[in-house]
Amino acid sequence: MRRLVNTFVGYAILIFFALVFLYPFVIQIANSFKTEPDAAANPLSPVPDPISLAGFERIFEGTNFPLWLGNSLLVTVVITLGRVFLDSLAGYALARLRFRGRRAIFAGVIAVMAVPGVVLLIPKFLVLNQLGIYDSYTALILPVIVDAAGVFIMKQFFESVPVSVEEAARIDGAGVFRTYWSVVLPMARPALITLTILSFQGSWNEFPHTLVAVQNPDLFTLPRGLADLVSGSLGTGTQYPLKLGAALLATIPVALIFVVFQRYFVRGATEGGEK
Amino acid sequence: MRNSREGLAGWLFVAPVVLILGVFLLLPIGMALWVSLTGWNGQGSPFTSDVPFVGADNYTRLFTEDGLARQDFMTSIRNNVYYVAVVVPLQTVLALFLALVVNQRMLKGKGFFRTAFYFPSVTSSVAISVVFLFLFANSGAVNALLAAVGIDGPVWFDDSRGLVHLALGAVGVDSAPAALADGGVLGLSWWDWLSGPSVAMCAIIALVVWTTSGTFMLMFLAALQNLPQQLDEASLIDGANRWQRLRYVTLPLLRPTLFLVLTLGLIGTWQVFDQIYVMSQGNPAKTTLTPAFLSYRTAFRDFEYGSGAAISFVLFLIIVVMTLLQRWILRERRP
Repeated sequence: MRRLVNTFVGYAILIFFALVFLYPFVIQIANSFKTEPDAAANPLSPVPDPISLAGFERIFEGTNFPLWLGNSLLVTVVITLGRVFLDSLAGYALARLRFRGRRAIFAGVIAVMAVPGVVLLIPKFLVLNQLGIYDSYTALILPVIVDAAGVFIMKQFFESVPVSVEEAARIDGAGVFRTYWSVVLPMARPALITLTILSFQGSWNEFPHTLVAVQNPDLFTLPRGLADLVSGSLGTGTQYPLKLGAALLATIPVALIFVVFQRYFVRGATEGGEK
Repeated sequence: MRNSREGLAGWLFVAPVVLILGVFLLLPIGMALWVSLTGWNGQGSPFTSDVPFVGADNYTRLFTEDGLARQDFMTSIRNNVYYVAVVVPLQTVLALFLALVVNQRMLKGKGFFRTAFYFPSVTSSVAISVVFLFLFANSGAVNALLAAVGIDGPVWFDDSRGLVHLALGAVGVDSAPAALADGGVLGLSWWDWLSGPSVAMCAIIALVVWTTSGTFMLMFLAALQNLPQQLDEASLIDGANRWQRLRYVTLPLLRPTLFLVLTLGLIGTWQVFDQIYVMSQGNPAKTTLTPAFLSYRTAFRDFEYGSGAAISFVLFLIIVVMTLLQRWILRERRP
């Protein structure tokens, strides 16, 4: 009997919190399909009455959404590819190759992870400005194309690969890059997937960096465009169906990837914690 | 022969990472440190002789000179202190609680619930802020919910009243007692320091606790699943009840994770930026202004880059001190 009560209470708690954590998304989806008066009158209702696509029509006709989407895709893909390649390259060297200064570089990577990102906004702007690449795709991509946490994850993984595999490759006459590229990297698939997903999610959602790297509206990514939209570049009215719809479209890619590759996100969250 | 080739390869492999982190993370810190000692206004290069060198002026204006710079800075510090004081305990306790519930052996469907709680953490902070702007709007879901139980909800993002002031108002203290209004320190009166987080800040606090708890829950969960089961069983046999087991067995074993979650929480809460930018821009009445946002605003809107850089260095220092302080408080004490 007591066990039954415990189980009941357990589920009640879980369901209550599941509602708290998911219902905002239900509201978001429902309201992006509502008319403005309906959204204002029945914000809690999960059913639009009537169903209206006016918000989405305005997203594609009245805003630069397609442009932001294109920029986000470009920037995210380049950053993700860059991080996976460059981070794993460095991670491999730090894990396996003997060279002078290796310890110092690893210590530097750890130290860089500890620098709080927000205090770097002005500094980053200064460098981009001095290098003459402010307001360009290069400014959006280059400063974040490697990340210290990714190097750390890859190094940890490569250290767990048995050395004997590489020795065999060496005896067969493979060079260092060859050994890395065709022998060790294929073995690192789980770590590479984790890194790919974390990089995609991170750069897709990145906001403050885009704020100080560009000011030309043609270079806005989705979060930047969305922030601009919300701060009222549309003029009159609250336009909640439109704003919620745009936010929804920006969330969908990450949501899909999350549902499919959940365990890699989980690994990222717990691994990031164990530095 | 092999060694020198390996050394060369090693350097080549790490070169891109070292170069980019150096140019875009380390070099900028040095440049910003220089700019924080100047009165650069964003025109031309900050490294020419035309730029006035002002020494520590940008810093002293934040701490010792009467004026708007200090008042805004101290207001942002006050806001952030309340924000940290509410968010960090709330998100830690909620995360631990959820982890303990999800970790119960007899419950089914734990995977689903874990996913549900974690999902907000992986989505875009800007997109989520848009959703919460709607939830907390005047005619939004939160006020609709409050109305359903007969409460007339506030106009969240226009309400600059502090919670402590509101509580005092409820017991009849509507305006500042002379002792608190007249005296003060660092540009704010005692009364202003004691405001509590504003109603508007509470909406942002709700959003942040909601998005971060999932990540921290996963960290607690990972730790819980690594705990030796015999200990729990032994204490069960010893007749310890649920609460005693949590207090004397589980919590002490979770100490490293607790330390990690608190540290990450402290570091994160002092950096709150995206949500402020999207939802309130520091308004109403500067009650959601934080040092991170103030530093951005000072540099990129008022074009006082020196002053903005100085604020971010002070913020950097605050974060370092907080982390060290916490490490010291939670250090292993030998009996």
